[in-house]
Amino acid sequence: MPDKPDRNAIEVVNVSKIFGSGEGQVAALDKVSVSIRENEFFTLLGPSGCGKTTLLRLIAGFDFPTAGGILLYGHDIAPLPPFKRPVNTVFQSYALFPHMTVADNIGFGLEMLGKPKAEIKARVAEMLKLVKMEALAGRRTGQISGGQQQRVALARALAPQPKVLLLDEPLSALDYKLRKEMQIELKRLQHETGITFIFVTHDQEEALTMSDRIAVMSSGKILQVGSPWDIYDKPAERFVADFIGETNFLTAAISGVGNGKARATLKSGTTIEATVAEGFQPKDNATVVVRPEHAKLTKDKGDLSGTVENIVYFGTDTHIHVQLDSGEAFTVRQQNTRSAGCGFERGDKVGIMIGNDAAQVLRD
Amino acid sequence: MATAEEVAKAAERRDVRDRWLLSAPALLVILFAATGPLLIVLVYSFLTPGAYGDVKWQFSSDAWTSVFLERDIFDDTLSLAAAHVTIFWRSIKLAVVTTLATLALGFPTAYFMATRSEKTRDLWLFLITIPFWTNLLIRTFAVLQIIRNEGIVNTILLKLGIVSAPVQILYTDTAILIGMAYVYLPLMVLPIYASMEKLDFRLVEAGYDLYATRFKVLRKIIFPLVKPGVIAGSILVFIPALGAYVTPSVLGGGKNMMLSNLIELQFGQGRNWPLGSALSITVMIIVMVALLAYVRNAGKSGVRHG
Repeated sequence: MPDKPDRNAIEVVNVSKIFGSGEGQVAALDKVSVSIRENEFFTLLGPSGCGKTTLLRLIAGFDFPTAGGILLYGHDIAPLPPFKRPVNTVFQSYALFPHMTVADNIGFGLEMLGKPKAEIKARVAEMLKLVKMEALAGRRTGQISGGQQQRVALARALAPQPKVLLLDEPLSALDYKLRKEMQIELKRLQHETGITFIFVTHDQEEALTMSDRIAVMSSGKILQVGSPWDIYDKPAERFVADFIGETNFLTAAISGVGNGKARATLKSGTTIEATVAEGFQPKDNATVVVRPEHAKLTKDKGDLSGTVENIVYFGTDTHIHVQLDSGEAFTVRQQNTRSAGCGFERGDKVGIMIGNDAAQVLRD
Repeated sequence: MATAEEVAKAAERRDVRDRWLLSAPALLVILFAATGPLLIVLVYSFLTPGAYGDVKWQFSSDAWTSVFLERDIFDDTLSLAAAHVTIFWRSIKLAVVTTLATLALGFPTAYFMATRSEKTRDLWLFLITIPFWTNLLIRTFAVLQIIRNEGIVNTILLKLGIVSAPVQILYTDTAILIGMAYVYLPLMVLPIYASMEKLDFRLVEAGYDLYATRFKVLRKIIFPLVKPGVIAGSILVFIPALGAYVTPSVLGGGKNMMLSNLIELQFGQGRNWPLGSALSITVMIIVMVALLAYVRNAGKSGVRHG
């Protein structure tokens, strides 16, 4: 992991947001606390309705928290209107002004800040170059493509040099190829400008590839904050493990907790080593997760045994669904080679080997 | 055998014929209901008035001369018709002020309506259109009841001790303005609302996000985007306001003549149909010139949608 300065750009402290009142009230955010470091690409990841956009809107100032504080470099900005916060947003719909040219859109923030004309012109030119849109500066926003609009929206939000840039699912309207391009482009922009990015998405792959750190959200709560590696390899909760990537859940009795490791005795009676969070109390009925690519299928006896139920070919790899003798289901992902087949057939009796560092004990 | 070209030509001929046939009813209506009467008015304005109304079929440009000029009855010299100029000026002023007043009231109203939830919007729209169900004369008399010396406004002011004697509102230009603003307000609200409803309020948020204050957002984002509605509303109010007859007659008490009263006078007691015709056309020209100037001016800095 790259070294990041430990200064916090944004601190969200115990923020709750309740919409509506009385019977119909909904808690969109429930006592959320999170710190976002200066200069980092931070992603809020979760399914729709998890509160990630609400949190972003609270930071932007479009909504105000019901309780709690939002600090920007130590100053409480929660009561400030959006136009008094040195924070800019890239909207999901881009929200470009249709009655202005591309250049006017990009210069709007600076104009509103009362910057001198010459400075605005220079900065707009710089931004146009940054997003490679020099040729279309005089166009109306309705006359450019979706991907180009996306670039203009980025340039417009970056032009006033905000302390923090907020991005609300900015890539969701683009097609797959363009989205991949823009992911790289966004990383480049973040690197070049050195601005803290807070990125909202429901796309776990996008989150994993772009972020320095990810906060996984569900039902108005942040479940886990960590690097993409942490989130993927050491999910703390069932929801996180399930939402990100594919995974196998196994019931196990946990003993011998210490030093981040524990002994997990599976239903089959085999004991494997698993990583575990600090302070975990040993118990009989815990859940252990194993990623499909971290297990290996064998014709011999493994840590687990079962019968091949289904084989699904994916091009780069093959998913082999196994019905365990314990009654649980288990999927193994096997890298494909050019030799025909994966070496197994439906109905085969197989064993599953679980590596030494492959299993993670969930908190619940 | 007909060549492809001949077939195409024949088809085109048929097409043209069908087009004329299908548009014939509309053309007839426009010809007889709109253009025809206007032509009659135009012809009448160049004839001589008959002794008991109507016209004598004898060419005369007197009517046009007397739109703005008057002939001295003793020495036939021409001088500016001060009375006519005053009436024109008063009517134009009142129409402009009415337009501005309805805009000032209508814009916030439309904004309020457009920012409600979808269900309540329909309710507000319904409430705005209710006045259309009632006859104009009745609505005008309702305003009269409110502002007259013994009316609601004066009664309340007296009871509260704010004034010691009733404020004379009725039969003043203010009364006409109040009445006209009330009557024409929906015509301003509806087109602005139609524009405002289509406005993407995320643009407003984007404006706030980019350091625009509430006033700047209104001026730089909302107003330019709903301008087509504002222009339409202004036209819809200005035109009937300039020719308003009922409201000025009832609330102005006939003391201060308006253009419509002046024209009506020529066709009634004045028995000068050519002058009435010339005045009518003059009003039309004023409206057209004003509209052209307005639309061109508004379009210059304006929005091109789409």
